[in-house]
Amino acid sequence: MQAGAQWVGGLLLLVAAAAAPFLPNWVVSLATIAFANALVVLGLVVLWRVGLVSFGQALYYCIGAYAVALMGRWIGFTDAIALVLLGGIVAGLTAAGIGFLLARYREIFFAMLSLALSMILYGVLVKTESLGSTDGFSVLTPTFFGYAPHGAQLSRALYWLTLAIDAIAALFVGLYFRSVAGALAAPIRDNEIRVEFLGVSVTSIIHTKVVIAGVLGGLGGALAAMTIGHVDPAMAYWTTSGGFVFVTVLAGSGYVAAAFIGSLVFEVVRSFAVDVMPQLWQMTLGSVLLLTILFLPEGLGSLVSRLKRRVMKPGTAP
Amino acid sequence: MLTASAILTDGLVYAAYLFIVAVGLTLIFGVMKILNVTHGSFYAFGAYGAATAVGIYTNGDWNAALGFVFMLGLAMAIGLIMGIILERGLLRLVYGKDEVVIVLVTYATFLILEDVIGLIWGTQSYGAYQPMISAGNIEIGELVLSNYDIVLVVIAAAVAFAAYWSLKYTRYGRLLTTVIYDRETAAAFGINVTLVYTVTFLIGAALGALGGAVMAPKISVTLGIGVEVIVLAFAVVAIGGMGSIEGALVGALIVGICRAAAVHLMPQIELFVVYGVMALVLVARPYGLFVRAQPRKI
Repeated sequence: MQAGAQWVGGLLLLVAAAAAPFLPNWVVSLATIAFANALVVLGLVVLWRVGLVSFGQALYYCIGAYAVALMGRWIGFTDAIALVLLGGIVAGLTAAGIGFLLARYREIFFAMLSLALSMILYGVLVKTESLGSTDGFSVLTPTFFGYAPHGAQLSRALYWLTLAIDAIAALFVGLYFRSVAGALAAPIRDNEIRVEFLGVSVTSIIHTKVVIAGVLGGLGGALAAMTIGHVDPAMAYWTTSGGFVFVTVLAGSGYVAAAFIGSLVFEVVRSFAVDVMPQLWQMTLGSVLLLTILFLPEGLGSLVSRLKRRVMKPGTAP
Repeated sequence: MLTASAILTDGLVYAAYLFIVAVGLTLIFGVMKILNVTHGSFYAFGAYGAATAVGIYTNGDWNAALGFVFMLGLAMAIGLIMGIILERGLLRLVYGKDEVVIVLVTYATFLILEDVIGLIWGTQSYGAYQPMISAGNIEIGELVLSNYDIVLVVIAAAVAFAAYWSLKYTRYGRLLTTVIYDRETAAAFGINVTLVYTVTFLIGAALGALGGAVMAPKISVTLGIGVEVIVLAFAVVAIGGMGSIEGALVGALIVGICRAAAVHLMPQIELFVVYGVMALVLVARPYGLFVRAQPRKI
């Protein structure tokens, strides 16, 4: 089963990668942003499986993005692959540090403290005149081992890089979900104290998850910064985090792939909705979120499992 | 010396505003265990309602005091109507779900209401500064204070006193305290918890709208004002301890004074200081200053 899912995922990935030369540039850019943001969502899915929601995931997203932008600004370093890794590492280290504090909290306290931490970064960036204050500043054009593409070629290169990082991240997160620590997520969500009686430190498991989510957030932010070509403090604002949480709830925590599909759907719907009816965009978002919570509490991914159940047991009533 | 007194007065005024906004949030959390993101919408609707009211009474050439009361009344009426629609129409359906899921429900409602504001009042911003101007200024030594700010502090003090007194000495307040302490036991003793929930939510909603109304003359009423206020109110409530009224008061004072000090002494850390203080308090006391220790249940 699981191996089959991996093959399907790999095939979809190859199709997505092969399609790039035939797609218009704006579609490639849109997909790149979507798949970069999907990494942040994947991190939130890791937390969501233990019942934790971070309303401050934009913190890592913004750190990853600013790490890339500052390397370009300070020392003129532009190698895309090294920068993406750097974004992930810096965000991961931050997460490891504040994880000591954050891992003690549950439920809404976790959500609120992460929110506050991201707002601290926002507050600092807004007041830092040398980094362009609320306007932010632009990111240098990335290069790939000395190769410096432009225009459509650059978009495609970033798209492929994003897909590659996505594939690696999906693989590792999939492995993590099937490890002992990953499998303990549902028991922790149900009853933490019983898990502790098994001799497992729940705090350290949650700390690990915070770090995983932080690294993924940083990678996503780094890729997004290079694709957009600009960073600004709004990347750390709580509404950015809210958008990521939205996609997480929509996608559900059942499947790794759901994060990527959910993120793609979100970006596509957003670009059309903002174009066609900008004054109703948030309302659409809110209504979809509400309907998902009320009628599909396990997310869109649960549709697949329902379908699968129906296919596997023909003849039985659904 | 002037700076010190300016910090103190500015801090007090800012704390008054924060308290009015945060007290509704903490009340709803204390009773219903709902972290209500929609509180930002109540604030915004209150501010827009107040701006509309100011428009009506300046056109109608009313007495300023009457106009001010009308402004607060209209805003709170809007808050009550929204509160009853939300609680009866939506939140009722999700009671008993995870606290985090309910946060997401209120977040979704907040997003919807943000656009509803745009549909009702349009995208232009409103000025509602007339009450502020007609209140005039007062000079105490070298310090120039707006009378309006003094009224703001008085209103906050009145709200704090009313909350304290009604929780302690009225029948409804005692019932509320019971529900805050243990919902299930309260229900077992025959308290109508559903009714207590509805009434609490209405009071909270009206207080959120009141916060928007009193601030409307001091700010430019424009789209997105609810977004910032909701995180500020969260910070205040988290510092004081979620669900605690005296915690909201102390939290508002801490945040208000710290922010005023930052504005006067180091303007570049103004935004940072609020959340920095919050993080510091939470490191020392994970669940805020005024919160009972919760037993772990197996």
